[in-house]
Amino acid sequence: MRLLAMVARRCLWMPPTLFGLLLIVFTVSHVIPSDPARVMAGENASASQVAAIRHQYGLDLPLPVQFLRYVKDVATGDMGKSLFTQRPVAEDLLARLPATMELALFAMSLAIAIGVPLGVVAALRRNSWLDHLVRVVTVAGLAMAAFWLAILLQLLFSMWMGLTPVRGRINGWGPDPITGFFTLDAVLLGDWETLGQALRHLILPTLTLALPAVATIVRFTRAGMINVMSSNFVFYQTAMGIPRRRIVWKYLLRAALIGTLTQIGLIFGNLIAGAVVVETVFDWPGLGTFAVNSILHSDYNAVMSFTVFTGVIFILTNLMVDIAQTMLDPRGR
Amino acid sequence: MIAPMDADLLSIRDVSVSFTTESGTAHVLDEISLTLRRGEIMGLVGESGCGKTTLARTILGALPPNARARGTAITFDGRDLLTIDPREAADQIRGRAITFVPQDPFSAFNPLFTIGDQIFELLRWKSPDREAGERGYPRTRRRADHERALALLRRVQLPDIERLLRKYPHEVSGGQRQRLMIAMALLPEPRLVIADEPTTALDVTIQAQILRLLRELAVERGVSVLLTTHDLGVAWEICDRVTVMYAGQALETAPIEAFFRAPALPYTRLLLDSLPSGENPLRGIAGDVPNLVNPPPGCRFHPRCPEVSDVCRASRPPTSEPAPDHLVRCHHPLAVP
Amino acid sequence: MNGFRRLLRDRSARLGLIVIAGLVFCAVFAGVLAPFPEDVNTYHLPRRLLGPGGINFLGTDRMGADIFSRLLFGARLTILTAVVATTFAVLIGVPIGLIAGYYNNRLSDLLMRVSDVFLAVPQIVLAIAIAQTLGPAIHNVILALSITYWPFWARLVYAETRSVRNEVFVEAAVAIGASPLRVMALHILPSIASSVIVRTTIGLGGTILVAAALGFLGLGPPPPTPEWGRMIAESREFLPQAWWYAAAPGVAILLVVMGFNLLGDGLRDALDPRLSRGTDDRTDGR
Ligand SMILES: Nc1ncnc2c1ncn2[C@@H]1O[C@H](COP(=O)(O)OP(=O)(O)OP(=O)(O)O)[C@@H](O)[C@H]1O
Ligand code: SF4
Ligand SMILES: [Mg+2]
Repeated sequence: MRLLAMVARRCLWMPPTLFGLLLIVFTVSHVIPSDPARVMAGENASASQVAAIRHQYGLDLPLPVQFLRYVKDVATGDMGKSLFTQRPVAEDLLARLPATMELALFAMSLAIAIGVPLGVVAALRRNSWLDHLVRVVTVAGLAMAAFWLAILLQLLFSMWMGLTPVRGRINGWGPDPITGFFTLDAVLLGDWETLGQALRHLILPTLTLALPAVATIVRFTRAGMINVMSSNFVFYQTAMGIPRRRIVWKYLLRAALIGTLTQIGLIFGNLIAGAVVVETVFDWPGLGTFAVNSILHSDYNAVMSFTVFTGVIFILTNLMVDIAQTMLDPRGR
Repeated sequence: MIAPMDADLLSIRDVSVSFTTESGTAHVLDEISLTLRRGEIMGLVGESGCGKTTLARTILGALPPNARARGTAITFDGRDLLTIDPREAADQIRGRAITFVPQDPFSAFNPLFTIGDQIFELLRWKSPDREAGERGYPRTRRRADHERALALLRRVQLPDIERLLRKYPHEVSGGQRQRLMIAMALLPEPRLVIADEPTTALDVTIQAQILRLLRELAVERGVSVLLTTHDLGVAWEICDRVTVMYAGQALETAPIEAFFRAPALPYTRLLLDSLPSGENPLRGIAGDVPNLVNPPPGCRFHPRCPEVSDVCRASRPPTSEPAPDHLVRCHHPLAVP
Repeated sequence: MNGFRRLLRDRSARLGLIVIAGLVFCAVFAGVLAPFPEDVNTYHLPRRLLGPGGINFLGTDRMGADIFSRLLFGARLTILTAVVATTFAVLIGVPIGLIAGYYNNRLSDLLMRVSDVFLAVPQIVLAIAIAQTLGPAIHNVILALSITYWPFWARLVYAETRSVRNEVFVEAAVAIGASPLRVMALHILPSIASSVIVRTTIGLGGTILVAAALGFLGLGPPPPTPEWGRMIAESREFLPQAWWYAAAPGVAILLVVMGFNLLGDGLRDALDPRLSRGTDDRTDGR
């Protein structure tokens, strides 16, 4: 019941938050620049080109009117056209979403699969050599620029050792799209050759994105474990002779993960953000490369739409995290 | 008369426990000796911090990592718990032959799991039907355990049991939680229940109900109970015998009658005198509880004892038996009429 | 003083302090320390892409400039960007958080909602959008970072202010008739300062990472500015041969950010014993 109320409340807050986000993006794109048409047309445009753009995009209308138009367009799924390719931006973004999502989900799964056990073991063996090692790795993992790590891994594993592909998501065309996730589609089609290829291409970008996420997860899992390890319920179960592994991996872990879970939304946001630079390094055809290409071409509408689009994904992720958390912790229900 | 050996369920001989702490080694238990008979309820009485919980943890083999236990033996049912293989202790003794009722029923449940989950987790490992070392939880045993749990929960007077099992700990009252804890302590059909101040966290009326329930169930099943408390009233209510601890030393053991009527230990006398009663307002005992890193030598009570003499400061008193079944460790025991 | 001594006892905090002191030293004395200070804007094509060793301690870049010298001058830029951007973010975020936390009314809701909106997009994404509009220049990077970074402080200060708002010392100050401004500045702020300091220290590291990413994407100051992120971007064309070109600026970023993170962790332990390492909700983006 409380869960439903929470979801309802969060859903009610979504339109105002999005509205605010659009206002920010609109301010950035239409209010801050003294002449947005000039910015949009690019540095080398002639005066008449600028004037044409100003009229075409309704930039000669009063700002509030422009803003309301913008909100209406976005609400109906229209994010305008790319100034560079002249294609509808919303379509391009949607087409690139699966690539980024596939990468982010792989990185997230890897980070959880490594981070949680590592955090637990570090907490159980506090101050052991393993704990210290984990600490060094997490500190470094959070301090490393994602694009640099990407380049480093690419240099080492692809260029020098030749173990992994240097760039791209697949050789040639991907499998026939069903979900747009190459790995999943390959499995659904039973195309093992493609699956292997897709996985090989995934390795390095996944590793790059996963490292900082692992660091955050380890930190919080370890801290959460240490926090609950001295709880009375742990002593009670120990005194009642319940096997240690059961106490740790079932009862302690769930309590410890609640703290970690609060970070998952943030980590996911960081993954998406990290994808912007990491995709560029690996030429991964997702939202990140789209954003960077748009930056390079000063494709201003595309960059703004990318911002809004990411915001929507991020808000939805946070909603899901909140739901998961409410389900895990009966006290808040 | 000395009771025959086989009547003793648990016999603790000269057990000491120390903790390594930042300010030095704390000698928390000092050569404790104590015997518990089959089917009896023994009260372990002492002020807060005198080491009651530590003794309970020592018996259970669940001391914290900074603790060290030494001693002659802790004989339980013919086995020495000090030297037992830790895996065997975890599998066969803890939660099975010896169970535990914690001091605070509020925090002893994991808040994130249902009560039912936690009860059946216990039975999965500690059901009387479980064979030693069994790993899984076969369906037939699970069904039998379910019946067993329902019957016992009904017996401890918990309402609406099927629904209760689906609830989370924070959704039930303190008294109900303590009833659950008692039920969980009895479900594995143990021979000894260690109840560590089972009622301190509860209000007075519920305290009495819970204590009565605990006694009834113990007597009905022939289970021995070691009940720690700092409340003499609680001991009076349900115990057969009482042992008094002071600063980690066990100083006097007597049947409940003799204990309240004619204690031989000066400390016990003071404790009884300090009980609030009609004419006497509450009177504390002068002096402070000693520091356990540098405890007073000899009898640890000597800095506060009205009967103190030089010998008390110099050596630990021997055990004497001023009356049948009445043991005291004191250089100058009071006369027992 | 006591806190400072506790800080120095912590091994990682000491390490962080040393790294940051080193960074500041390099930045201040870049002109003296750099073997080729003129290499920031001159080039010697014949010496391009030389490996590390000899007179070019860390090798040379595509223009034949000494990478080590450029790194030293880049340190200046890094400190400047991080410190100025973070200061602005603190100056915007802290008062907003204080006001929202002090008054529990419509205004508070509004302020917090606004900061939530900013937090609804990953920081770097918003920073990209702003930097893109403003054009590549150092002050634009700083502006983009401050505009996107202040909500982290607003959130933190809001939560902390709410938690001390009803403490006796605050109530007492209100009761004797102190003005809200006075209560906030003289009573609440000092008691929440330690968490702000901790967050700001770690935030400096985060700012450096985001600034480097902007530079990497070409949104930072234009060449030939020796910006670390841009240097890494430039190196990509020459990989795998010119590995030092990519490695050196990355190591510099790693060290500096690690320095701030370690110092922040140490400060947390020293200033604020009630927060244990790693349990606070770190909300700074990368
Ligand atoms: N893990 C530990 N490390 C160090 N000292 C400890 C530890 N556990 C207990 N002690 C100390 O041992 C002494 C006895 O503690 P214990 O909990 O056994 O007392 P208690 O009689 O159960 O008291 P209470 O009535 O308050 O529960 C106390 O002085 C306590 O500070
Ligand atoms: S031994 Fe001495 S100090 Fe101890 S209780 Fe007896 S008389 Fe008192
Ligand atoms: Mg106790």
